[in-house]
Amino acid sequence: MDLVLEGIKDAFLLLVRGDRDVLRIVVLSLAVSGSATIISLVIGVPLGAVLGLNNFPGKKLLASFINTGMGAPPVVVGLAVTILLWRSGPLGLLHLLYTPWAMIIAQCIIALPLIAGFTLATMQQLDPRLRTQIIALGASRAQMVWLLLREARLPLLAAVMAGFGAVISEVGASMMVGGNITGQTRVLTTATVMETGKGDFPMAISLGLILMLLVYAVNLILTMAQQRKYSR
Amino acid sequence: MVRVDSLNVSAGETLVIVGPNGSGKSSLLLSLALLLKPAGGTLCYAGSRVTSSRTALALRRQFAVVFQDPLLLQTTVMENVTLGLRLRGVGRAEARARAQVWLDRFGIGHLAGRQAKTISGGEAQRASLARAFVLSPQLLFLDEPFSALDAPSRQSLIEDVHQVLKQTRVSTIIVTHDRNEALTLADRVAVLIGGEIRQLGTPSEVFSAPVDESVASFVGVENILPGNVVSSGEGIVSIAVSGIQVDGISSLEAGEAVTVCLRPEDITLALPSLEPVTSSARNRLKGKVARIVAHGSQVRVTVDCGFDLVALITRRSCEEMGLVTGKDIVATFKASSLHLIKRH
Amino acid sequence: MLRSKLLQFAGALLMTILTLSIGVACRSAGNTTNTTVSPAPSLSTTTSPPKPANPEVIMASTTSTGDSGLMDALLPLFEQKTGYKVKPIYVGSGQAMTMGERGEADVLLVHAPESEVRFMQAGHGSDRRLVMHNDFIIVAPSADPARIRGMNSAVDALKRISVAGALFLSRGDNSGTNQTEVKIWKAAGIDPTGKPWYQQSGQGMGATLNIASEKGAYTITDRATYLANRKNLTLDILVQGDPILLNIYHVIQVNAAKSDKINAAGAKAFADFMVSAEAQEIIGKFGLDKYGQPLFFPDAGKSEKDLGSV
Repeated sequence: MDLVLEGIKDAFLLLVRGDRDVLRIVVLSLAVSGSATIISLVIGVPLGAVLGLNNFPGKKLLASFINTGMGAPPVVVGLAVTILLWRSGPLGLLHLLYTPWAMIIAQCIIALPLIAGFTLATMQQLDPRLRTQIIALGASRAQMVWLLLREARLPLLAAVMAGFGAVISEVGASMMVGGNITGQTRVLTTATVMETGKGDFPMAISLGLILMLLVYAVNLILTMAQQRKYSR
Repeated sequence: MVRVDSLNVSAGETLVIVGPNGSGKSSLLLSLALLLKPAGGTLCYAGSRVTSSRTALALRRQFAVVFQDPLLLQTTVMENVTLGLRLRGVGRAEARARAQVWLDRFGIGHLAGRQAKTISGGEAQRASLARAFVLSPQLLFLDEPFSALDAPSRQSLIEDVHQVLKQTRVSTIIVTHDRNEALTLADRVAVLIGGEIRQLGTPSEVFSAPVDESVASFVGVENILPGNVVSSGEGIVSIAVSGIQVDGISSLEAGEAVTVCLRPEDITLALPSLEPVTSSARNRLKGKVARIVAHGSQVRVTVDCGFDLVALITRRSCEEMGLVTGKDIVATFKASSLHLIKRH
Repeated sequence: MLRSKLLQFAGALLMTILTLSIGVACRSAGNTTNTTVSPAPSLSTTTSPPKPANPEVIMASTTSTGDSGLMDALLPLFEQKTGYKVKPIYVGSGQAMTMGERGEADVLLVHAPESEVRFMQAGHGSDRRLVMHNDFIIVAPSADPARIRGMNSAVDALKRISVAGALFLSRGDNSGTNQTEVKIWKAAGIDPTGKPWYQQSGQGMGATLNIASEKGAYTITDRATYLANRKNLTLDILVQGDPILLNIYHVIQVNAAKSDKINAAGAKAFADFMVSAEAQEIIGKFGLDKYGQPLFFPDAGKSEKDLGSV
C-alpha cells in the first residue's frame, strides 16, 4: 500500500516540478495517440457513413472486415506493421520503424475499425424517413450526410472516446514498432512497462496515474460535449 | 404499383389525393415531390421536364414536404424551422426572422428556443409545417400530416392549415385517407383505389356522385343497392330496389340497371306515430330496426325495410326515440339524396 | 449559456494542447534527445559537428544493459562526437542476434558468448570485440533452504538446489542471462525443465527478481540489475566469484554484405567508440557513486582467456 502512496506522491511531484523526461513522455503520448485518433476520425467517419447510408454489392463483406478489425489484437497489428516497416520489408525504404510515425500508423490501424464500425452502426440506426425529409428540404448529398452525422453526434462522440481510449492505452504494438527509445518513441504505456520490468514500482505507478489522469481529462471534455444538450 | 395516366395540379389549388391504406398514395406523392424515382413516365413542372439530378435538386428547393411524423432534428425548434432556408443559403438573421413569423402563425412562437424533442406531437407537427411554409414553396406536399395526431390536435390543426392555405394560395398536394380532411381542405379530390385514379373532381362531386361502387364505398356511401329503373318522367325516376320503390332525380330511362347510392347521414329516422305530416322528403319507408352500433357520439342504425338501409343519427336522437332492435321505425330521405350509377 | 462557453473553451484548449504536442513531438523526433548532460569532448576543436552520410544506427542490446543505465551515459557522448544518431533497441540477446541475422540492426552489444560464436561462424557478423564484463550472482531469500550460501562452485550450488527441490526461477527468454543459466545446468548434468520447482518468468531481469523476491525463489542475476533493485528486494547474494558466472559483453558489427541497408560505417564507429579509452573510462566508473562499486569492468583489448572465463 505504501508503494501506491509513494507512487501517488511521486506522480504529483513529477508533474508539478515539470520533470523534463516525464513531460516529454506525456507530450509524445498525446501527440501520437491524438494524431492517430484524428486521422482515424477523418478516414473512419466518412467511410462508416458511406457504408451505413448506401447499399451496394460487397457492402456486407466490407462491413464484416471493419467489425473484425474492431476486435483485432493490437499486438498482432504491431507485429504486422513491424514486418511491413523493417528494413527487409516492403516499406523498409521509408525508414519508419522505431519512429513515432510507425506508432501512429499502428495506432491508426487499431482505431480506424473502431471509429468506422461505430459510425456504420449509428448511421444504419437512424430513421430512414429522416433522410427523406432532409432531402425533401432541399439538401444536397453532402449536406444530408453532414446533417445526419450531426444528428448522430452522441454515439459518434462515444466512438471518438472509444478510439482514443483504445490507442492511448495500447502498449504491445507501440512497444514493437516504436522500440521505447528515450526521447524518441517512449510513451506513457511503454515507459510504465519498462519501469515495472526494472522493478521501479513507484515510478511505474506514477506513470500509470499520469496516464489515467490524461485519459480522464480528455474524456471529461468529450463527455461534456456529448451530454451538453441534455441539461434541460 | 400505381399507374397514373395523367395528373395535373394548377397554380394556387389544393389537390387532395384520397384512398384506402395501401393504395399507393404516399408513393405517388413521393414521386411527384421528386423523392422517389418512378418506373416510367415524365414529370413536368411549370412546363419544363425533369431531366437530370441537378435540375431535380433545383426543383426540390422550390418544394416543401411535410410527412406524417414531424421528423425534427435534435436541436432547437428554431434551428429546425430555419434549416430549409439555410440549406438554400439564406443568412442566419433573416432566416430566424422569417421563421419566427411562421412559428407565431402556427401558434408555437413561444417554443422557438426549446429542444425539439421536448415538445408535444401536435406542437412538433406545427413546427414541421412552419418549416415548410417558411420556404415560400412553389409547391407544397403534405403526406398524411394529421394522421399521427390525437383528435383535438388534429381538428385545430386542420383548421389552421385551411386558413393558411386560403391566405397564401400555395399550390398544394395533400395525401390522406380521411374523408373529412379532404372535404375541408380540397379544391379538387383525386380518388386513388387499387393503384388507379378512379375519380377526379370537386369534393361535392366525388362525395355525392361517386363514379363507381368502389369509390362510393370509400367516400362513405354506405348504402349501395342494386336496382332497376321502373319509370321515369319530368326528371324523376322510380327505381325498384328489392321490390320496393324509391324515387330519385335522374334522366335515365326505364329499364336501365342502376346502383343506388345513398349516404347514411342523408337518412332521417322517426317513430311511426311521430312522423311529421309535411316533409320535403319524397321517400318514406317503413321498417324495423335490425341493428344499432354506437360510434362515439353518433349511432349507426340498420333498418330492414325490405332491404337493409344504414342511417347515421346522433346518440341523443337514438336515446330519445328509445331505439331497440326490432322496433318499428320510418326512414325518410329526399329524392335528391339518391345518386345513381349505371350498371353494366 | 455559461456551460456552453466553458465547453467551447475546454474544447479549444484540448485542440491547442493536441496541436502543440504534435508540433513539439515532430520537432523532437528530428533530433535525438537525451536528458543526461553529455560531457564536453576532451580533444576535438571542431567548429561544426560531423555529419555522416547515413546517420541512423540501430543498435540491438539486452534489457540488462538498458536497465543499468550505462547506455544513457555513453550514447550522448558517441552521438556528439560522431554525428550518428543511435536507436537503441533493448530486447533479449536471442532476439538481438536474430535482428542481426536479418540485417534489422547494424551493431549488437550482447552477452551470450556461445551463441555469439555460432553467430560469427555463420558469417552474420564482420567483427566481434570484447568490451566489458560483470558477473552473475546466485541470489535467494536469506532462509536459503538449499544451504548454498558461500559455495565457490555455481555448478555444485545448482546441484544442491535440484536435490533440495527448492524453488528456482529462470528467465526462460533466451537472454544472455538465461543462456548462462542453461550452461551451468548443463555442466551440472541436470535438466530442470518440467520439474515442479523450476519456473520460468519469460521476462526481463528486474521483473524476474521481483517475482523471485515475492515467491522466495533462487535465481541467477547479473550484479548490476541486482544492485539497482536491491532496496525493493528481500534477496541476499549467496554465491559469487565462480569463473563460470562471468558475464562478458561483446560488440558485434553486423556483416554489411547482407544488405545495402546496413550502416557499416556507423556500426564500426560505434564499436570503435565502445573500445575507446574514453568510453572504457566511463564504463569503469559507472555506478561507483550510486552503489559504491562499479557495475561493469572495462576489458577492451583483452581476450576471454585473460578473464579466466570457462
